[in-house]
Amino acid sequence: MKNPLDSIWGTIVSGLVLTVVLYLAVKNLLG
Amino acid sequence: MDLVPVLARWLHFLAGIMWVGLLYYFNFVQVPALKAAGADGTAAGITRHVAPRALLYFRWSAVVTWLAGAALLGGNFVPAFTLAKGFAGIGIGAWLGTIMLFNVWAVIWPNQQKVLGMKPASDEEKNRARRVALLTSRINMMLSMPMLFFMAGGLTHKAALGL
Repeated sequence: MKNPLDSIWGTIVSGLVLTVVLYLAVKNLLG
Repeated sequence: MDLVPVLARWLHFLAGIMWVGLLYYFNFVQVPALKAAGADGTAAGITRHVAPRALLYFRWSAVVTWLAGAALLGGNFVPAFTLAKGFAGIGIGAWLGTIMLFNVWAVIWPNQQKVLGMKPASDEEKNRARRVALLTSRINMMLSMPMLFFMAGGLTHKAALGL
């Protein structure tokens, strides 16, 4: 599988996904 | 004194814009430019005159951003970093910023020194250093997105998202 961080768009999508995951973690687990 | 958080916030923003701005410059501009410049033999101008200056401001603005952020947190430093109740959002932002600072000084800078010839390295070591520096820079770009989401929260996030 290709590393998503090899491309700018893969990096941006990874950043968006990580943002959603962390938001849900803060909201539901830590809030 | 009330002026300390005011100045800390101002400095945090100024240095943070320089840090993340240069991070985006590396990823959006310099990396693709070096690829094109390598093809027509003009990369030396970038690696000799542009990259070292950009890296200088990049790594030191990272330090200033972190220190100003710590000053801005003040007495909330420990609650933020321990993700205490009510501080989880800013705490996640602070942790992401701290990981990014570590990546700059412990991974990107030592590897870029090899790539730019500031430290002796064989061609094989340079190729490996280039790969490690690129991927770590991309990791920082990825981390900057949630970092800014949580750092720049404030009233809008509270109203719409309950953070």
